[in-house]
Amino acid sequence: MKSTFMHDIAIDNLKALFNQLENEKQYQPDWLFHLRSRAFENFLIHKFPTKKDETYKYTSLEPHFSGKLTYLSQTKCSNINIDEVFKCDVPSLDTHLIILVNGWYYASSQQELLHETSDGLIYGSLREVTNKKPELIKPYFAQSSRTINNFLDDLNLSFMQDGLFVYIPPQARLEKPIQVINLVVADEAVQIYPRHLIISESSHLTQILFCDHSLNISPFVMNGTMEIYLKDNAKLSFYRMQNAHNHSIQLTNNYITQSHQSEFKSVYVTLHGGVVRNNIFVQINGEEAKNSMYGLWLADKNQHIDYFTHVNHNKPASESNQFFKGILDDEATGIFSGKIFVAKDAQKTNAYQSNKNLIISQNAKVRSKPQLEIYADDVKCSHGSATGKLDDDAMFYLRSRGISHKESCQLLMFAFASDITNQIDIDPLKEEIETLVDKRLRGELSRCNRCSISCT
Amino acid sequence: MNSEDIIQNLTQSDYKYGFTTNIETETFPKGINEDIIRRLSEIKGEPSFMLEWRLKAFEYWKQMEMPTWAHLKIPPIDYQEIIYYAAPKKNKAPESLDDIDPELKKTFDKLGIPLEEQKQLSGVAVDAVMDSVSIKTTFKETLANLGIIFCSMSEAIREHPDLVKKYLGSVVPYTDNFFAALNSAVFSDGSFVYIPKGVRCPMELSTYFRINAKNTGQFERTLIIADEDSYVSYLEGCTAPMRDEHQLHAAVVELIALKNAEIKYSTVQNWYPGDKNGKGGIYNFVTKRGICKEENSKISWTQVETGSAITWKYPSCILKGDNSIGEFYSVAVTNNYQQADTGTKMIHIGKNTRSRIVSKGISAGYSQNSYRGLVKIMKNADNARNFTQCDSMLLSDKCGAHTFPYIEIDNPTAIAEHEATTSRIGEDQIFYCNQRGISTEDAVGLIVNGYAREVLNQLPMEFAVEAQKLLQITLENSVG
Amino acid sequence: MLTIKNLKAQINGKPILKGINLEIKAGEVHAIMGPNGSGKSTLAAVLAGRDYVEITSGEVLFMGQNLLDLAPEERARMGIFLGFQYPVEIPGVSMVSFMRTAVNEIRKYRNLPPLNSSDFLKYMREKKELVEIDTQLTHRSVNEGFSGGEKKKNEIFQMAMLEPKLAILDETDSGLDIDALRIVANGVNKLKSPDNAYLVITHYQRLLDYIIPDVVHVLYDGRIVKSAGKELALELEEKGYDWIKREYQKI
Repeated sequence: MKSTFMHDIAIDNLKALFNQLENEKQYQPDWLFHLRSRAFENFLIHKFPTKKDETYKYTSLEPHFSGKLTYLSQTKCSNINIDEVFKCDVPSLDTHLIILVNGWYYASSQQELLHETSDGLIYGSLREVTNKKPELIKPYFAQSSRTINNFLDDLNLSFMQDGLFVYIPPQARLEKPIQVINLVVADEAVQIYPRHLIISESSHLTQILFCDHSLNISPFVMNGTMEIYLKDNAKLSFYRMQNAHNHSIQLTNNYITQSHQSEFKSVYVTLHGGVVRNNIFVQINGEEAKNSMYGLWLADKNQHIDYFTHVNHNKPASESNQFFKGILDDEATGIFSGKIFVAKDAQKTNAYQSNKNLIISQNAKVRSKPQLEIYADDVKCSHGSATGKLDDDAMFYLRSRGISHKESCQLLMFAFASDITNQIDIDPLKEEIETLVDKRLRGELSRCNRCSISCT
Repeated sequence: MNSEDIIQNLTQSDYKYGFTTNIETETFPKGINEDIIRRLSEIKGEPSFMLEWRLKAFEYWKQMEMPTWAHLKIPPIDYQEIIYYAAPKKNKAPESLDDIDPELKKTFDKLGIPLEEQKQLSGVAVDAVMDSVSIKTTFKETLANLGIIFCSMSEAIREHPDLVKKYLGSVVPYTDNFFAALNSAVFSDGSFVYIPKGVRCPMELSTYFRINAKNTGQFERTLIIADEDSYVSYLEGCTAPMRDEHQLHAAVVELIALKNAEIKYSTVQNWYPGDKNGKGGIYNFVTKRGICKEENSKISWTQVETGSAITWKYPSCILKGDNSIGEFYSVAVTNNYQQADTGTKMIHIGKNTRSRIVSKGISAGYSQNSYRGLVKIMKNADNARNFTQCDSMLLSDKCGAHTFPYIEIDNPTAIAEHEATTSRIGEDQIFYCNQRGISTEDAVGLIVNGYAREVLNQLPMEFAVEAQKLLQITLENSVG
Repeated sequence: MLTIKNLKAQINGKPILKGINLEIKAGEVHAIMGPNGSGKSTLAAVLAGRDYVEITSGEVLFMGQNLLDLAPEERARMGIFLGFQYPVEIPGVSMVSFMRTAVNEIRKYRNLPPLNSSDFLKYMREKKELVEIDTQLTHRSVNEGFSGGEKKKNEIFQMAMLEPKLAILDETDSGLDIDALRIVANGVNKLKSPDNAYLVITHYQRLLDYIIPDVVHVLYDGRIVKSAGKELALELEEKGYDWIKREYQKI
């Protein structure tokens, strides 16, 4: 009975919010309003997934939407003085810096909302583009995300605030990475719905880096959606570091659509977060496209980290690789559920998936669900999953050289994690993340940047 | 002949056990209700506890819905259109071989399962089950001298009610799932085995299941108890006539291994798979589960699954006793429009428990073949180990091969490893064989058998050869 | 330096060492030979502190301390070094960070300040030259992808780095070609001093052509059944172990 009751509360709250935003005319223009109403209708039909839903077998999100969650307006968030509360201090990391505060694009002036270069490259606020250049985004916006039933995207689209927009025309080159700092700074419990859209048609490598941070310890639910479209031959690398506090609910929905000979690489590192769910959906719609994904989560206390991937090979001769690793301490739970799907005609597909977990405490838990669904015969597909403790032989070898038990554990855990961190191609970022991982594994505070609070 | 054609040929060879036996059959009217269950229990001469149990199961089943989570397309089944009891007509129970209808004897002869002990493979005792009843159990006396009970389930319920009462439903309760509930309500026969303390069963025990009658469902129940320090190897085989309609087979098998005991359970499943267009065939929805109840016990499942229109089963092990071992070796072949969603569950409860899973899927034609497995290591299962190897081979570009493992680990000293690959027979492998003078068809046979070797090697010797042939026949002219 | 008194040990309940007595003094080289399965590697494992071996009785004193009470890393810091028969591969742990951690832990034990990065690299370079080891090896993860010979050379290099008091070389010669064998043996000879001691475990006499032992022991069925000078090794090479077995069985 209780759960039904909570269920209703969560849905009623969301209904009220939707009506409120509609009344406030938050949903203009019309085509956007149309999309958003349909998304919300879809949510009301399917509601929250139950544990019987294979997709959410190990993670129940409904209770997190049942409490009082404030939806902050844009004006409320633009009053914050960013320089006072935050400065990214990764040394020698030179980026185009974009800051989102509680889901809203932070710009000190109108001009900063949208940047356009001489070769046609555009980046800036998604909401600004929606209003100013709708023709640019209409063929893409919510196209990939709506093909898969996902209540989190329903909600994101229903309540979408703002986010990053990037368009890279053929031959254009982004000289330095775009860095998005996704900040949460609120003194009450809030719900946040950022949405991002990235389109690349350029064979020059684009690097995009997302850092999720919280600046104080108010609980929040952040449910973000990102759509990335890589046209023929486009190349993009995406890095995401999740490092918000342990009372946060961080939900991300990532949709990657790849065309002919495109190359996409992503590295996710989850250091902190109360409940984290990362949905990654890849559609390979072009031949000879290549997708590589790497993920690392370090979880302790009551953290609950759930990575869910789905890679669809719809065209022949493409390649995908997934490497996901978790280290679980205390009472933490780490979940990996990944699928390789090979369509009937996607011959010569080469797909690999690996999930490895280390359990280092009595009460930590691991759930691993690597899956293959194959409908073509001339393919090479495999997966592996291994969960266990640190290798006894390696431990003894290190200790026999005089290295303490604790330090030997540390060395081996760091080595375990380095398979993933080594995949970060931006050196200063890699070094910073390695330092954070090292500190995190030592149980020290792993604050990067001058956060005003600790992450633990 | 190119490899495509060979696949065609291999997969389209005829089902050799598709004949029907003309024999007078006593059947119940179609459908399931309390009266049917009461009548069944009465015919069997069951004690009242059995009837009560059946009725409880039936009540429970009525509240349930058929699960839909498997990667299977199952047309709706009308449970009131099924005949729940069919038995060859007889005036009295057969006292000796002479009392058995010659037609029946001929049937089993034709299936290669002669009921005369002297004609049998030495070292194999057989319980032959036709439709809903056990026809004859061989070597009963030889076994009885060692204290081994090997008889039909009906007989066990009458003659050994204490054992049955204690263990029936103890591993698979009727509440376990939809088909287990149905089976508990209506099972008509099956085999019962009890191996007493310290006895190593000197011969293979075997049950041969045959569906003959039309429109009937087969619901048998098998219960094997291996007492302390005992050992038994058990094998089941099954076939059915070719019929256009689908027939439901929903069996339950329960294994109990006590301290230091070992049970080896092998299945060669060759129910009628339907024709090449997917018409007819058996729905094989079976619950098989064993418990290593006490320390140092071992349960090993080996299955060669080639038949049935749809196979849906997960022979499982509950590793409760410390140091107990569970094994699952499986070859599942699907061809034409067959579907299979099969695998295992290994539940590690005790300390130092070990499990090993080797699954080899082979899909051809338009078939869908899924491995689904759960490895669960509970909080107190210190030093538990699991290794899973799960391979799929695709023999056509129209079939599917899928792998759905679930790995759940709650203990820091446990190690669970899972590996899966998907492949097809390489042109270069076939060419290599061709170049050495081997025909493509033989090459395919060689390669598929090599691929399945690790599993076939687990079968008792008497059946390994048969299983190997069966593999080749199922895929005959279909591999390449 | 090392005193072993009536040491008995078992693995999974099966007795392997059945009463070992051995005394090694500073400056000495002892060789332990014996047929397969006689307990040679188990003895090495016990001395280094491997926990799968269960000590059932006896004691081991090292520099006057009861060795068996100590954790493997404590033994290493006191100066026990085990050259592994099968050095384990540790992907992701670089040789440099591994060795620096180890060297500084041992320095700390010896009340020496830790080496900074440049001093450490210099120290490492010196030792590499001393034992004629390929520079490339130290740029990789510990033993990862090393050939059999490279792994064994890496053990000797680590020994040079850690400057142990007692080095136990467990079948360091197995799997080595003659050139690698010479490099390994030269390394040992260069590192030999009146302050340290060696316990060389080997199956063949070959290595002892290069590393001349002061005493040769024959281990058979968990006991030292014969001890003599270096000529014993030659005798074993010539006659095999059968005569030892026969002699032992008579007793």
